Amino acid sequence: MLERLIFEYSSEGKKGYSLPEIDVPAEPVEKLIEQRHLRKELPELPEVSEVEVARHFTRLSHENYSIDSHFYPLGSCTMKYNPKVNEDVARLQGFTNIHPLQPDALSQGALQLMYELEKYLAEISGLSRVTLQPAAGAQGELTGMLMIRAYHQSMGNPRKKVIIPDSAHGTNPASAVLSGYEVVEVKSDNEGRVDLEDLKKKADAECAAFMLTNPNTLGLFEKNILQISKILKEHEILLYLDGANLNAMLGLCRPGDMGFDVVHFNLHKTFSTPHGGGGPGSGPVGVKESLVSFLPVPVIEKKDEHFYLNYAHPKSIGKVQGFYGNFGVMVKAYAYIRTLGNSGLKEVSENAILNANYMKKRLEGYFELPFKVDCMHEFVLSGSLQKKAGVSTKDIAKRLLDYGFHPPTVYFPLIVDEAMMIEPTETETKEVLDRFCDAMIAIAKEVKENPEIVKSAPHTTPVARLDETKAAKELDLRWKGKIS
Amino acid sequence: MGYVPNTEKDKKEMLRLIGVDEIEKLLKDIPEEIRLKKELSLPSPLSEIELKKEMLILSEKNADLLHYTSFLGAGAYDHYIPSVVEHMASRSEFYTAYTPYQAEASQGMLQSIYEFQSMICELTGMEAANASMYDGASATAEAAMMALRITKKREVLVSSALHPNYRMVLKTYLQGIGITIKELPYKDGITDADAISSSISDNTAAVIIQQPNFFGCIEELSAINTITHKFGALFIVSVDPISMGILKLPGELGADIVVGEGQSLGNSLSFGGPYLGFFATKKEYIRQMPGRLAGATADTQGKRGYCLTLQTREQHIKRERATSNICTNQALCAFAATVYLSVIGKEGLKKVAELCLQKAHYAQKEITKIKGFSSPYSAPFFKEFVIKTPVSAERIFKGLLKENIIGGIDLGNYYPELKDHLLICVTEKRTREEIDRLVSKMTEMAKHGG
Repeated sequence: MLERLIFEYSSEGKKGYSLPEIDVPAEPVEKLIEQRHLRKELPELPEVSEVEVARHFTRLSHENYSIDSHFYPLGSCTMKYNPKVNEDVARLQGFTNIHPLQPDALSQGALQLMYELEKYLAEISGLSRVTLQPAAGAQGELTGMLMIRAYHQSMGNPRKKVIIPDSAHGTNPASAVLSGYEVVEVKSDNEGRVDLEDLKKKADAECAAFMLTNPNTLGLFEKNILQISKILKEHEILLYLDGANLNAMLGLCRPGDMGFDVVHFNLHKTFSTPHGGGGPGSGPVGVKESLVSFLPVPVIEKKDEHFYLNYAHPKSIGKVQGFYGNFGVMVKAYAYIRTLGNSGLKEVSENAILNANYMKKRLEGYFELPFKVDCMHEFVLSGSLQKKAGVSTKDIAKRLLDYGFHPPTVYFPLIVDEAMMIEPTETETKEVLDRFCDAMIAIAKEVKENPEIVKSAPHTTPVARLDETKAAKELDLRWKGKIS
Repeated sequence: MGYVPNTEKDKKEMLRLIGVDEIEKLLKDIPEEIRLKKELSLPSPLSEIELKKEMLILSEKNADLLHYTSFLGAGAYDHYIPSVVEHMASRSEFYTAYTPYQAEASQGMLQSIYEFQSMICELTGMEAANASMYDGASATAEAAMMALRITKKREVLVSSALHPNYRMVLKTYLQGIGITIKELPYKDGITDADAISSSISDNTAAVIIQQPNFFGCIEELSAINTITHKFGALFIVSVDPISMGILKLPGELGADIVVGEGQSLGNSLSFGGPYLGFFATKKEYIRQMPGRLAGATADTQGKRGYCLTLQTREQHIKRERATSNICTNQALCAFAATVYLSVIGKEGLKKVAELCLQKAHYAQKEITKIKGFSSPYSAPFFKEFVIKTPVSAERIFKGLLKENIIGGIDLGNYYPELKDHLLICVTEKRTREEIDRLVSKMTEMAKHGG
């Protein structure tokens, strides 16, 4: 039996809250605010008891996959385990119960944490300074691109175009356009990496930046990165790193050392903070010295052991968040880096790479491997062989749910047909990796012997396959009932 | 300590299958010139015991609001959070889940998003709401961009009584695409109606107003709505969701897009984030909305279920033609807001709003009885109000701080013309005793000249 909507539990007079009696002399509301400003009817929010609320949301939780219950090999998403101690420390009163506008002198712990986290991220990436303000990767991209725009503007011309590989995340072109640029696409070569000849053709003085993911979305290290950087330098084009795949670089190499001018981090990927069912994340941005003056305000500074928020930054691009970013997420990432240190971070990347290569090896005989080279922390398979047998990658993904696994990222990158992008992360045991590979192999066998069971999957989830076309055609985005 | 479970034996077995003898061999695509030859200069790793101790020490360098009496507001509010909210949001089935792209494995999150969207519609009087934006400020900027897309005009009018930080974010978001932003002056605490009439034109894409505004005052939305629509612009209102327990619905008044900061709905202050922006609009504009949407549908057996829908608006499908670049949102914060609104409910929200209203008015009345303290504006207000101080606001603020009272915001930091003005916020959590203590300290300072 599926859980009802919370509204369907409602009945008049039930209540789940506990509020104090009014302790000041009260006046009629209409005396304080004229009637014409007042709401006539109350909002149709549910009237339910606390026990119903607790049971409702607990039951809903049982209808959800999560990293604590399932393996989630989502490529580009880095669904690693979220350490529990980080949750505990992030819930300390001294972190949760502090107001963003309380005086700096009363927020020294928070400012110190942010100051140090910036320093750690700068060291890990080989860049000069970092802003923690962006709330997620895409907002980091916007921040980074606006800084690039401001930089070129300061040189006399903001330029017109941004170069982006055909294998890039969708946020890259969307952020470039939002920053006022046209997108120029550069092809991938037959090894899955940036096509240098095509890049040479497209790079010119009208280009402001090249937005690159490294390792790229096929899980391959852009081994020509130094040549790429050289081509761009000739036209003074800045190199932007989409840091979604930073989990493959920790302690092994640094974006700053390979020519990147701007980098965004995803604390909710590389630095283990939980995804929260879609957010909150945190998307700090690091820059080279030449772009420091454009960082968003406030910048966190330290003077004589005192930390403070500095708004006196005249060339700044401004603000992208109401306050300083997702502080609660930063606390968890800080705790993670303090727990791991240099050796622990290096171990993360090495094992993420080992796990991915192991899975690739185990699966390559059963699914098409479009690029037959060593991968970094993730790899892409194609379901094209299965597609010929009438079973799509979507079917395979849904069938994996029956085996107790969250499917990989599917249909991305766009340059691979029927793509399945697999990123195991370093926090899974070999046993889990083996069980997942066994399930994939079993499904490949089912495709040959009993394709219907795959095509009609999933069979074991709370609901069977959902009709997405109906959802889009007969839009139903809200409960429209009336509470009795 | 780390979180890598591979043993040496596991690693050997895995390497053997791959066909190499060491992990180093898998790194050969990283050019030798850029391999990191040194150790990262980071503090030494900590054990769990050491980490907890260090983090506690760091957290205690902050003055948490259990030890101070706070009258701070200005976009981040100290409202009561029922215990059940944190408990539900701490369920790892939710907080360790990914974005619900695989609907059949994510019904819990999807249904709660659908409930969230429904509740936001109820709060704002709008027809459709999305699954959340980053915060109130970026939601306001996204609303402006949506209005620019819909109207295809190139200019935005924004009230100077909109939160100064929101205006900064708006400016940042619009700088790349070269949009003109005109600021409307305020008069007697609310947006100057005459200035709207003289600034608006056929080039105006949107008029952006905050309700209650940054000064806590209630804006004349109905009149502004009329002028805005006369010129074919869209009316964007940024609201305090708690005030929606008593104030007239912006949707009912004709607003086209209603946004706001949802932190007040069950999310802790957390030094400014993570919070959540909410975003609601009319049916006709749904396809122009930014962000994720959950919709109800049916499975192959005809059973009710939920999935993300209209994804063709989003960046992972539409790329450079997407309605926004947003991907990750503030799902868990929106989830907390959903639990909050469930438990607070219809009557509870009105009660919270009334408690804020009454306590804020009591405080304002008592403060303005003190010689030298006055109320500069006559416009009605909700839970925040402006007080003109007899000496500099900074001096009053510092004097109160000595008594562990954070006496509001020194408005001179945002509006140079308001140097001797405080913005004071009173929520349902402040008691009469706390308000009386604030008043008596202010009285003492008035007597002794600060």
